[in-house]
Amino acid sequence: MGKSILRVDKVDVHYGDFRALWDVSLDVEEAQVVSIIGANGAGKSTLLNTIAGVKKPSRGTVQFKGKTINGVAPYQTVVEGISLVPEGRRVFPRLTVLENLEIGSYTPKARRRKREALSKIYELFPILDERKYQLSSTLSGGEQQMLAIGRALMSWPQLILFDELSLGLAPVVIKQIYQKVKQINVDGITVLLVEQDIQRSLKAAHKVYVMQSGRIRLEGRPETLSQEEIREAYFGLGGLNAKDPSGKDPLKG
Amino acid sequence: MLSVLAGLKNPIMNGLLLGGLYGIVGIGMSMIFGIVRVVNLAHGDLVILASYLSFVMLSIFGVSPLLTLVLVIPAMFLIGFIIQYYLVNRVLGKDMNPPLLVAFGLSIILQNLLLLIFTPDARTLLTDLSIATLPVGGFLSIPVVYLVDFVVALVTILLLSRFFTRTYLGKAIRAASDDEGAAELMGINPKRIYAWAMAIAGGTAAIAGVLVGMTFTFYPHTGPDYLIIAFGVVIVGGLGSLLGTFLGGLILGLAQLVGAHFLGPGFQLISGYIILLIVLALKPTGLFSKG
Repeated sequence: MGKSILRVDKVDVHYGDFRALWDVSLDVEEAQVVSIIGANGAGKSTLLNTIAGVKKPSRGTVQFKGKTINGVAPYQTVVEGISLVPEGRRVFPRLTVLENLEIGSYTPKARRRKREALSKIYELFPILDERKYQLSSTLSGGEQQMLAIGRALMSWPQLILFDELSLGLAPVVIKQIYQKVKQINVDGITVLLVEQDIQRSLKAAHKVYVMQSGRIRLEGRPETLSQEEIREAYFGLGGLNAKDPSGKDPLKG
Repeated sequence: MLSVLAGLKNPIMNGLLLGGLYGIVGIGMSMIFGIVRVVNLAHGDLVILASYLSFVMLSIFGVSPLLTLVLVIPAMFLIGFIIQYYLVNRVLGKDMNPPLLVAFGLSIILQNLLLLIFTPDARTLLTDLSIATLPVGGFLSIPVVYLVDFVVALVTILLLSRFFTRTYLGKAIRAASDDEGAAELMGINPKRIYAWAMAIAGGTAAIAGVLVGMTFTFYPHTGPDYLIIAFGVVIVGGLGSLLGTFLGGLILGLAQLVGAHFLGPGFQLISGYIILLIVLALKPTGLFSKG
């Protein structure tokens, strides 16, 4: 067993009166890939946002490298070593590819190692090097996702959070991006990812959490979990016969 | 026909040069609207405050008004930072009204403060340039002060645009104006960035104020006049680029002086606003806006 890098302990999060997370606990070990799966509105993004400091928990603690970081603003969690690749990529459209990457190394510590980071990222995503003087709004969706990942890596994170990594991308591109995620992890960066594509995340992860209605329903190593267990946790009570609101069977993608 | 054209060359020339001054008056307001999404109703008063600061330094040091910029720019920079960091930032949120009211209150306070300190007398920043004209090719005469306005404004805008593309702070300001939430994830504290942006807007107001003071007379209550000009520049030029704002200024200046040439001096302001209405009707986002 490796050392724990992130520990979320009994966290509740509210949006006004609406309770989005109920008593959520999570443990992420160093240098692993952990994925959180769940249907739309299960609270996955809220959980990532809480870890990154975008949302403040109303109860419970978030600890990163043994330090309590709940209530810390997002621009400070980056300094601690957490980087979030947000849902929908959110690259800066009126900045060039290179400028987007440079903004990724905004923190003083990252700024000193900017060149080194840039060459690593260009090696990981050669397309970004080719397009570095282009406005990021002119990139394709997949390229924008690569840029968003590259931008997040520019801060030299120890933990990188991916929110809906494959959303809106072509299968070929998704496959390519997951290879890169693996590579990032091999380089020693801990990965926590949120995904609707269950097969994809089961394959990539060392450990899986299944969320439903703001609660963790199931956790474990992917090879130890049965399809039925996952299906039941994903859909909640009523399990086997229930359907995803989208009408798709999540296990088949 | 030829004589009409010949008569036009002076208003066109002067309109363009005056437009440069309008551009620098509008640039600070355009920046704050684009970046912080606040309509800074006190922008005109900041410009006039800078005119008075320069006026004070002139009476102490007795140098050329342009030299007072060495002190007026840092002073206005600091004032801008403080206004944003300690006043406007506190009321920023989903509702656009509170920052608007803060700016409006600031405008009233500044005007009355200036009135208390400097009395309602007309002032001007005296310089030899004010009365000099530059004959060009024997058929055109340019007021030197207009030329100085234009050149200083243009240089300022070129420097600003370098700042926004070459420095970390400049890029961070642009990033925050593109997507505040994503910028925060990169380690950028938006509140601090906004304060820097207002500081820079204050710096441009300093330059605008000194140029305005050299070119025209000013009173404690002149601020709103320049606020309206700044509004006009922002509407015509649109948000998104510094150069667009500058061009917006040129068009407004041109419209005013060419209009005055044909319709009489009383129509100078109104012909500017007619152009403004036309732009609003045809391209409400401004002529040079991006996206």
